Amino acid sequence: MKNPVEYLEIELNKSVLTFLAIVAAVLGAGLLAALYMEHEGHWVTGMSNQIVWGLPHVFAVFLIVAASGALNIASIGTVFDKYQYKPLGRLSAWIAMALLVGGLMILVLDLGRPDRLIVAATKYNFRSIFAWNMILYNGFLFFTGIYLWFMMDYKMYKHYPKAGFAAFVWRLILTTGTGSIFGFIVARTAYASALLAPMFIIMSFSYGLAFKMVMLKLACRFDGRELGEKILFRLKNLLGTFVGAVLLMTIIHHLTNLYWAKAHDYEIWILTSGGIYTAVFWIGQIGLGTLLPLAIFYHPTLGRNRNLILLGALLVIIGGLAQMYVTIIAGQAYPMPLFADKIVSSSFYDGVVAEYHPSLPEFLLGLGGFALTILATFVGMRVLRLLPSSLSDQVVDPAHSKD
Amino acid sequence: MSCKSCDCNQPAQPERRSFLGGSVSVIASMTILPGLVLHEVKAKPDDQRISDKNRWGILIDTRKCTTECDACVTACHNKHGIETHGRPDKDPQWIRKLKVEDPLTRKVSSFPIMCQHCEHPPCADVCPTGASFRREDGIVLVDRHLCIGCRYCMMACPYKARSFLHEETENPLPHTPRGKGTVESCNMCVYTVDKGGIPACVEACKLEGHQAMIFGDLNDPESEISQALLREGGQQIREDLGLNTGVRYQGIN
Repeated sequence: MKNPVEYLEIELNKSVLTFLAIVAAVLGAGLLAALYMEHEGHWVTGMSNQIVWGLPHVFAVFLIVAASGALNIASIGTVFDKYQYKPLGRLSAWIAMALLVGGLMILVLDLGRPDRLIVAATKYNFRSIFAWNMILYNGFLFFTGIYLWFMMDYKMYKHYPKAGFAAFVWRLILTTGTGSIFGFIVARTAYASALLAPMFIIMSFSYGLAFKMVMLKLACRFDGRELGEKILFRLKNLLGTFVGAVLLMTIIHHLTNLYWAKAHDYEIWILTSGGIYTAVFWIGQIGLGTLLPLAIFYHPTLGRNRNLILLGALLVIIGGLAQMYVTIIAGQAYPMPLFADKIVSSSFYDGVVAEYHPSLPEFLLGLGGFALTILATFVGMRVLRLLPSSLSDQVVDPAHSKD
Repeated sequence: MSCKSCDCNQPAQPERRSFLGGSVSVIASMTILPGLVLHEVKAKPDDQRISDKNRWGILIDTRKCTTECDACVTACHNKHGIETHGRPDKDPQWIRKLKVEDPLTRKVSSFPIMCQHCEHPPCADVCPTGASFRREDGIVLVDRHLCIGCRYCMMACPYKARSFLHEETENPLPHTPRGKGTVESCNMCVYTVDKGGIPACVEACKLEGHQAMIFGDLNDPESEISQALLREGGQQIREDLGLNTGVRYQGIN
């Protein structure tokens, strides 16, 4: 079994080096921000005893969810035998690992005691979905690493479909686990839903593919490699389908909440009167992150414009971050119901919507996670043969050349 | 003083005096002891394992708790060295007074809320390292050596009973281990309870004369808390979650 596609390392030209220097600076700023927060304590952040997970978690969960989604392109080629996607398999697997590492970096550096990572790695409470997630993260890196190795090593190439299937199954479990982190929180009205697990899987398809498309477009542009319309439009249509699927799940989630009397107040709040959260939901998640990309992708002329396709993918990423913001921050800001039908107040902000003002260090740490992912992606493309030398229509779809 | 019944010039009958004193002591003991016995919390010898023979709990009668009084909060925070840095959204609160108003009847209740020491604590379920755990006697604690500061327990607690220590503690007390970057909550004054004492909040409430809080062993049918629950019942906050809390309330409705 021989792989006919030629893979080459990218050149370190001036454009790439400039871009990577900026990315490295962002990563450095993120690490310094983390050091500052660790040294001073979390009081310097916008997080509080009401909003315990803040902006770092918005970025981290986005990246972790996107990680399993980025692998999807490889899985479509391997598990579902769609040959057009096979040339992108190596890069997908690498980006998937880079995304997970970027997300985990944020999570770890935002811990109250990041120095106790060894405790988290050695003490497991198996009733905790969080502990299971730590196993799932490591497993994901392991299975995806093996998958990538088998794709790249001609001696092991014949086994790569099996490795790809294992990685595919593991990634589904991983995203189910990530969704369950929120789904298992029974105390808060915004969470406690089994829908969150499948919803996170759909979200991962969308976020991961959008990120992968941006990386692919950047790498091809910097290195002067051809990115044919066949693969680009195929990816664009697939992303459109995923964005639509996320929208469908979002609608179902909200309709389900509207069906339950106990969640009526929350739904009315988040959809109509939740201030910044309502704005982020309608403008960020639905407007910019869903409807605008869909309009671009499925428009007969705009949908064929390469720059607009890149813009659409970037909008999906922004929409995904908005969705994470609404899910994570708004879900905590809304007061927990201690008594179903009573007015509650206290010195600890019971009964009121908690305020959250994200701080610069949090934002920088979040961006630092993105920067690490991007840096790792490009370093990978430089030292390993991950990117095909061309993604022209002839390479992606050999049948095309016979036309 | 000499004997007046005769001129024996003897000191006044010491037997009679001790008899009278003894009688007063016995009568006083008979009056007070039943109460003391009912209130008694048996100390556990240090070399004895914690067991599920006891289930420590607190019963709060909200009808006796007044809006103005926060003696329980002050006592708790003094005892555990919970200081304020003037940042109310970030300062830890192990216990707080809750004001609850019924919109239909306009009836207002005020009572303390703290860790409810659940039989099935969501905080312990979600804690990745097992730092949050429930002792066999029902007291829910955080092992500060295992806590990594992920705050998942705070996300999971339905009572917002946990606080994250956002900054360095000044003058931490030897009996209350605390540390920046870890999560903490009411520990039911575990070291006092292990020595046969009662939690600071309950003691403060008694000293204020409200008697709104009863601490005791829920597994002992003769204990004051069990007797009070038997007489008038007790309500759990968020009973719908099925957590079987160790802290119960009376008279909220």
